[in-house]
Amino acid sequence: MRRVFFLAQAELLHVVRDRATLAQVFVIPMVQILILANAATFEIRDTRMWVVDLDRTVVSRGLVNRFAASGHFDIAGTTPSLDAANDALLRGETTLALVIPRDFETDVVRTRHANVELVVNAEKGAAAGLVQAYAATILGAYSAELARLRPSDFGAAGPAAAPRIDIRHRSRYNPTLNYQHYMVPGLLVALVTMIGTLLTAQNIAREKELGTLEQLNVTPITRGQFIAGKLLPFWLVGLIELALGLTLGVVVFDVPVRGSVPLLFGVAALYLLVALGIGLWISTIVDTQQQAMFVAFFIINIYMLMSGLFTPIDSMAPWAQTFAELNPVRHFVAISRAILIKGAGLADIGRPLTFLAVFAAVVLTSAVLQYRKRAA
Amino acid sequence: MSPLVALLRKETYHIRRDRRTLVVVLALPVVQVLLFGSAIRTDVDRVRLAIVDPAPDEATLELRNRFTATDTFRLVAVVPRASDLDPLFRTSQAQAGVVLPVGFAEDLAGRSPAPVQIIVDATDPNTGSVLRAYIEAVIRGYELEQVRLKADTTTIQIGATSRMRFNPTRESSNVFVPGLMAFVLTILASLMTAISLTREKETGTIEALLVSPLRPWSIILGKVLPYLAIGVVAAVAIIVEARLVFGVPLRGSAVLLIFEAVLFILASLALGILVSTRTYSQRVATMGAMLISMLPNILLSGFIFPIESMPLLLRVISQVVPGQWFVTIARGIMLKGVGLEYLWKETLVLGGIAVLLLAVSTRAFKARLG
Amino acid sequence: MNRAIEANELTRRFGAFTAVDRISFDVRQGEVFGFLGANGAGKTTAIRMLTGLLTPSGGSARVAGHDVYTEGEKIKRSIGYMSQRFSLYEDLSPRENIRLYGGIYDLTAPEIRERTAAMLSRLGLESVGSRPVRELPVGWRQKLAFSVALLHRPSIVFLDEPTSGVDPVTRRQFWELIYEAAARGTSVLVTTHYMDEAEYCDRLSIMVAGRIAALGAPAELKQQHGTSSIDDLFVRLARPAVSEQPSRLAPPAQDKGESKGPA
Repeated sequence: MRRVFFLAQAELLHVVRDRATLAQVFVIPMVQILILANAATFEIRDTRMWVVDLDRTVVSRGLVNRFAASGHFDIAGTTPSLDAANDALLRGETTLALVIPRDFETDVVRTRHANVELVVNAEKGAAAGLVQAYAATILGAYSAELARLRPSDFGAAGPAAAPRIDIRHRSRYNPTLNYQHYMVPGLLVALVTMIGTLLTAQNIAREKELGTLEQLNVTPITRGQFIAGKLLPFWLVGLIELALGLTLGVVVFDVPVRGSVPLLFGVAALYLLVALGIGLWISTIVDTQQQAMFVAFFIINIYMLMSGLFTPIDSMAPWAQTFAELNPVRHFVAISRAILIKGAGLADIGRPLTFLAVFAAVVLTSAVLQYRKRAA
Repeated sequence: MSPLVALLRKETYHIRRDRRTLVVVLALPVVQVLLFGSAIRTDVDRVRLAIVDPAPDEATLELRNRFTATDTFRLVAVVPRASDLDPLFRTSQAQAGVVLPVGFAEDLAGRSPAPVQIIVDATDPNTGSVLRAYIEAVIRGYELEQVRLKADTTTIQIGATSRMRFNPTRESSNVFVPGLMAFVLTILASLMTAISLTREKETGTIEALLVSPLRPWSIILGKVLPYLAIGVVAAVAIIVEARLVFGVPLRGSAVLLIFEAVLFILASLALGILVSTRTYSQRVATMGAMLISMLPNILLSGFIFPIESMPLLLRVISQVVPGQWFVTIARGIMLKGVGLEYLWKETLVLGGIAVLLLAVSTRAFKARLG
Repeated sequence: MNRAIEANELTRRFGAFTAVDRISFDVRQGEVFGFLGANGAGKTTAIRMLTGLLTPSGGSARVAGHDVYTEGEKIKRSIGYMSQRFSLYEDLSPRENIRLYGGIYDLTAPEIRERTAAMLSRLGLESVGSRPVRELPVGWRQKLAFSVALLHRPSIVFLDEPTSGVDPVTRRQFWELIYEAAARGTSVLVTTHYMDEAEYCDRLSIMVAGRIAALGAPAELKQQHGTSSIDDLFVRLARPAVSEQPSRLAPPAQDKGESKGPA
């Protein structure tokens, strides 16, 4: 057991001595979180739209005003020419073109039905769907408003009793729809994972290249002691990073901490074993630092993009969702969000926690078994 | 033969000899695009919905059916109390809940409005908004239908036909694959040069290069060109993959796309060099390259999250991220089918960034050793 | 009479290539045994088998009374090793390196303190004891690595080309250290391709193309083969092998664990 501490101590010295690595491990992640926490949103704000109003009546202008007043859209241009609007779409100057046809008001008054055309730039996907949804809401509200406010124009007996549903919304856990609260824990996990896995993989690959690994293999140190000694410092570093990042998140971004912090760090301790264990495993299958880097990069990429950090797991194809069950990052991200934002307790996180525990056992065992002090 | 050509030959031998790394380097982008293109989506379906129905009647049952009838929703639980929703949210069993009132059918028949509450798990505010909109759409659809059944009402209906341009089916892959290309290529490129340079520094072979008649910019060029070739091969492979596997259109000029890819890869290669001029350690260089390239390219390139939605500071920073320009260009060429007449500005900026980075990294390289 | 090292028909193959071909020799307690041979003759492979780093393909060997096949880990407690590649941590100081290995070999804190002081003083490194090893000149580093290999007072120490790249004065000092160790009863197996160092050994073997071509004390060997120096002896033994199989001079990468890949 003492051997583990001696080895860990030496490892820690390496890290602490290297100022560049220290900066990369502690400073850069925090800076990235500070800057990038604001990036991850699909929220529509002041989406640029162009209006092609071929009717130019009170009713059509009323509709245009509703769009302008909605807070979601910013009217960047009006034109009588459909071609000009299409061109603006091509040039990327606008996301939406609202085309109001010539007999709009007439149709509304006479037949109580009218149609407009929404031309949406769908190259960016998600925005298009939201744009459509918001536009539909605005149209619906305008229709209802017209019906209520000017019944005489429409020659009917007034709005009769109609079945109405009064919808109220609640955004649970995040009433202000603050996406920083959502992203900060996720970013933190991503960065800590990236750094931890990479450092571990590269560290041992480097010792292989240099020959210091051989020197250790000749000593009576056991595989288990070696691995423990190697992982311990990076494990500590990871926990410190998490603590720093969480503090940053709470102080700067008001990230809620509704659940138990000891529970979170307990799970984090387990999770780090998995992340580092994977780095260790990578180092056993490569010969050089270079290979270690590329393999680590490959695996880290997959973990990050398929972890539900940036795009929801629920949106993935079923096979991808199953695959995501094998992704420890995914589970830890889910757990940390659950604990911090939803106030989840041990019972609530049972399922992902079990996955993490199993991974830890599997990864560490295979790393230990795979590590050979003696070449066959 | 000129020293530069000799250097190029040497680099090419190195690359060819390390089969393992070469295979990984070429396969990496292709496999990643395959995986992520299938996995990264923002489509919403099979939403896990829970319904709170304290007093079921024909109206509530009908409304419930509206939800279960589509693929969009999956009913995971029907519970009697709103407080029952919390445990379902905490374990993520449910993503949203609809709370129906007691006496729903009566309210609909009478004059008073029926109060329905939509509760979404807004931990992920993006999904939260979308779910809210979808659920509301279903409820409004039901409401409209009830309204139509009663003939003596006055309604105005302003409908809209939507045309989704450039991506009519709103395929997620059309949206993300061009961006994926940028993401995958940039990290690959910066990693390759970072590792190559620091490797030579660590083993000391760089000294031999430095005492040779090669000028610093020749050394840099010698490092960059072979990896540029690899990068282009990877880019072509990804484009082919995008077409064949995902059916992403290529409405514009393939040649232009590859030219732009060359500019982009150059910028990324230069970034790798820049990162490695400041250090002798492979670890520091590669970690630096990764840290600089990974998150910023995911978050600030417009690859997943639209730049217009970001606060001003980030929109400014994203102008500096080469990935951002390439994503715009790639989408323009592939989805919109436009050419230089629309993309000249972006091309100029991308080229400018590439040239600037190459110049700066050459300067830095000279400075470290001079 | 207990041998420190006994090897019998020890063999190692890498695929079709036989790096070590049925070598048999022994090393007595307190002996300085030289392992001579050209680059690629199989010396390092032999050492790696004896130190438990590589499994033999055939034959048998006992080190410090333990069988290399079945008791590899026990062997490690009783041996020290200094590899061809410098294997101390360059960004740690001599003190920190010593502390690390002291801990790994289960020395107590007082023992580590004492031996650190003794070692630094013996090597004249007190003034740089806390500077990173990378700042020491090569010769000092080699001596330090050697001393660290002896830190835990093993009964046998394996030295693989310890004096490569070192100036003649330092080489001399090195051999003084080796003699000191032998005088304390440590058995030393040292490989080298400097033939003049052969004269310093009690006994030596000359490996050519994986086999032992000569074995015995330097004086005996010179007399037996009628050469005036070990150098001449080696050339005489090695030449046929060199001209017949030049490829033997370039061992496969697995042997030395060199890093591969584009530079």
